[in-house]
Amino acid sequence: MGHDTQVQARSKKQYEYDRHHNAVHMRKQVINFAIMIFLTFLAFAVVVADFSTYYIKPLILLLAGIQVVIQLYSYMHMDDKKASHIGVISTFVWFGVVIAFTVFLAFLTIIWW
Amino acid sequence: MEHTKFTPQSWPDKPEQATMEGKNKFVGIWIFICSDITLFASVFATYLSLKDKGPAGMEYSAAELFELPLAFVMTMLLLTSSLTSVYAMYHMKNYNFKGVQIWMSITVLLGLGFLALEIYEFYHYVHDGFGYTQSAFSSAFFTLVGTHGLHVVIGLVWILCLIFRNAGRGLNLYNAPKYYAASIFWHFIDVVWVFIFTVVYLMGVLG
Amino acid sequence: MSSVAVSKKGFGATVWDYLTTVDHKKLGVMYLLAGTLFFAIAGFEALLMRIQLMVPNNDFVSAGTFNELLTMHGTTMLFLAATPLLFGFMNAVIPLQIGARDVAFPFLNSLGFWMFFLGALFLHLSFFLGGAPDAGWTNYASLALYSPGHGVDFYVLGLQISGAGTLISGINFIVTIITMRAPGMTFMRMPLFTWTSLITSALITFAFPPLTVGLFLMLVDRMFEANFFDHTMGGNTIIWEHLFWIFGHPEVYILVLPAFGLFSEIIPVFARKRLFGYSSMVFATILIGFLGFMVWAHHMFTTGLGATANAIFAVATMAIAVPTGMKVFNWIMTIWGGSVKVTVPMLYALGFIPSFVAGGVTGVMQAAAPLDYQLHDSYFIVAHFHYVIVGGIVTAIFGSMHFYWPIMFNRALSETLGKWTFWIFFIGFHCTFFIQHFLGLMGMPRRVFTYQANQGWDLFNFISSIGAILMAIGVILLVLNIIVSAKSKPLNCRDYWGDGRSLEWAIKTPVPFYNFKQTPLVRGYDPYWLEKHEGNEEGMTYAEPLGEIHMPNNSILPLIMSIGTFVAAFGALYHPDGKSWAIPVLILGLAITVGAMIIRSMKDDLGFHVHVEEIVATEEHLYGKGDNK
Repeated sequence: MGHDTQVQARSKKQYEYDRHHNAVHMRKQVINFAIMIFLTFLAFAVVVADFSTYYIKPLILLLAGIQVVIQLYSYMHMDDKKASHIGVISTFVWFGVVIAFTVFLAFLTIIWW
Repeated sequence: MEHTKFTPQSWPDKPEQATMEGKNKFVGIWIFICSDITLFASVFATYLSLKDKGPAGMEYSAAELFELPLAFVMTMLLLTSSLTSVYAMYHMKNYNFKGVQIWMSITVLLGLGFLALEIYEFYHYVHDGFGYTQSAFSSAFFTLVGTHGLHVVIGLVWILCLIFRNAGRGLNLYNAPKYYAASIFWHFIDVVWVFIFTVVYLMGVLG
Repeated sequence: MSSVAVSKKGFGATVWDYLTTVDHKKLGVMYLLAGTLFFAIAGFEALLMRIQLMVPNNDFVSAGTFNELLTMHGTTMLFLAATPLLFGFMNAVIPLQIGARDVAFPFLNSLGFWMFFLGALFLHLSFFLGGAPDAGWTNYASLALYSPGHGVDFYVLGLQISGAGTLISGINFIVTIITMRAPGMTFMRMPLFTWTSLITSALITFAFPPLTVGLFLMLVDRMFEANFFDHTMGGNTIIWEHLFWIFGHPEVYILVLPAFGLFSEIIPVFARKRLFGYSSMVFATILIGFLGFMVWAHHMFTTGLGATANAIFAVATMAIAVPTGMKVFNWIMTIWGGSVKVTVPMLYALGFIPSFVAGGVTGVMQAAAPLDYQLHDSYFIVAHFHYVIVGGIVTAIFGSMHFYWPIMFNRALSETLGKWTFWIFFIGFHCTFFIQHFLGLMGMPRRVFTYQANQGWDLFNFISSIGAILMAIGVILLVLNIIVSAKSKPLNCRDYWGDGRSLEWAIKTPVPFYNFKQTPLVRGYDPYWLEKHEGNEEGMTYAEPLGEIHMPNNSILPLIMSIGTFVAAFGALYHPDGKSWAIPVLILGLAITVGAMIIRSMKDDLGFHVHVEEIVATEEHLYGKGDNK
């Protein structure tokens, strides 16, 4: 019984606010999309432009990292404080990132010697 | 509960989290993504350690094999498909089922485009002699990019099943979490691709 | 379907019920049965090994057979015995401890079980189909790639299927513990067994995928001519070791953390004192989980990683001893000053503490990389890990069988038989493994099928084998205990041990299929104990009025999906032999699995509702009229 959802119509004002809020949020997502396209383009351009690999490698990794954070927090709503248990979820995801980083580091340093 | 008739006004603000089952699916897909993070991390790390490694005198190398224009187009397709799936979720919040179906269909079409280009790319490599068994580098490349491709296939089948299954049913609190979970999975696939095009193609070309 | 608890069922109906069940309590029983079966098989393999090693130059089994025995003993014990037994307790107890009616994904719970079971079955069929895997449970690539026959392929495919089942269940428990706790149960009011199961499940989620990847790479290298581990084609054999141990080290914490949690439940009940240092126990568990991912290369000290890498991993390994030690002190401080009742579960707890500590300190010895150069691949290592595994995990499992038997089966295991089991097994355990420390220090390598006489090893090997026979007798007594209990009178009571502290003891056994008739309201840590001491005989305050209960439907699809993977594995296995039917069988198997998945998705499955009259009728049928619940 306790798990049933309450269904009630929102008031007109609340409904209009929510619609407006959704539309604003969607516009933000499109802007984030444009940013991600730009970051991608930048990464490709920097490689094609043939600068020193010493600078390019960390730069494109940084660009990738930024793009991933935008995807996680914006598209995947990890920034939505009201989402169900999002704090625990974020902890798990970041822990996964830490492990992934450790695995990368290990494979890049202690496979070939 | 699942047979309740909704109106845009009575449709909950976060439909995917409005039921216990919905909340479970919401948390569940994220935890599954966490397991996928370490899966891809392992395959990535293996690729990084085997890049350009092969039998003595091997003529294939990342710098010569990979073509950036193709990778760029594939990236654009997948990135745009991520946006269209966000747009589909926007329609879901507004209780606009037609919007959900249309924009999820567009997501699938973009995904199919991505897949077609990837198959073309693989065929091209195999035709040139760079097949799965050619070297450690080739095994690692095809496993990494292939695992990602397999995830794309699974995502496409999943979304298609949702589109067809719900075509006659409309939006309700039973299928809203399913659409949401599929879109989270689709975003994750795009996240992985960001790393693939950076680490495999861009850094590959740099040599 | 909704009055399932009240009607009498025939044999066929009962079998179908168990094949299709999604009920966590029944799945818990199934995990326990399957785990016990594989524990007996793996124990038998160990017994055969110890008989072979009893005297020098023995020919009880051949070298090849010995390799198969040692591989299967390790693989079966860790993957197919310990994990399912612990999952059995997690399934049976956790929803009750958190006040939920079932887990978050009951269908997936069933799928997880059947995948585990069919993967285990597939692996064991190897004995009859050309030979079991023989490259050790660690299956190092340099050996495994060249193992003739299909043994290693059975290992790879069987564990891939089983592992998928474990991963599914791990995700299930995380979501359950996060979202389905009863009102009032904050994270810091959860019982310790729930906490350790949460961290264990997190470890499963992060650690099993690297194993999946490693197994896949091994599969394609052996069966599809890939080149990951072949140095002549640019590969590197150590990739397998890294992937395996990135999984393998968290795996041992996956096994030991639930054991810690179980003892954290047993000890406060029988010391009749609240668990000492709850917050530090939680913190220690989380720290162990985190550090568990940072130490894997301590299994690879002798591969030539270099002094820097060895030093980093050595220090990280020693660091894990700190939170573990915190937990041991907290258990001791819980017992200290308590009114201790030495029942069989408490005996196991008291035996666990010194045994696990002994295993732990030899672990810290091995963490010193220079010493490990001497100890690696010797019997010292074998002694260490058996001390932590048997001293830690097996004692937890045996003790918890006694502890939770009343809840799971509405029967009690015999205390007398239990005490005999404990002492015979415990003495046998120390007999076998304590002596192996010295064998290792004297230079006896592990994984050898025999040894030369008069090196000073003969007597110790003999004593070690006698201990194994004692352990076997102990296990037989335990099985006897189980059989005897099946015939004993049902308990039909609440709080069998009298001093229960957490919610699972608040329900009168047999537990109804919906668990709680009303979701309980949790008012603090040890909620049942709290209510008892306020004079509430029922032991629970309720968070909602009596109303309709929503329960999940049974389904045969998990079994079908798992059978599909089993069939597909056969196709994959025989493909390299050039059998014409291999690929069609592989496709058939995958089609069965995917087809079942699609059927599952196409149908709406909304569960069923239990109406208030049925709840009342069930309660009356189980507990009699007017009885307090």
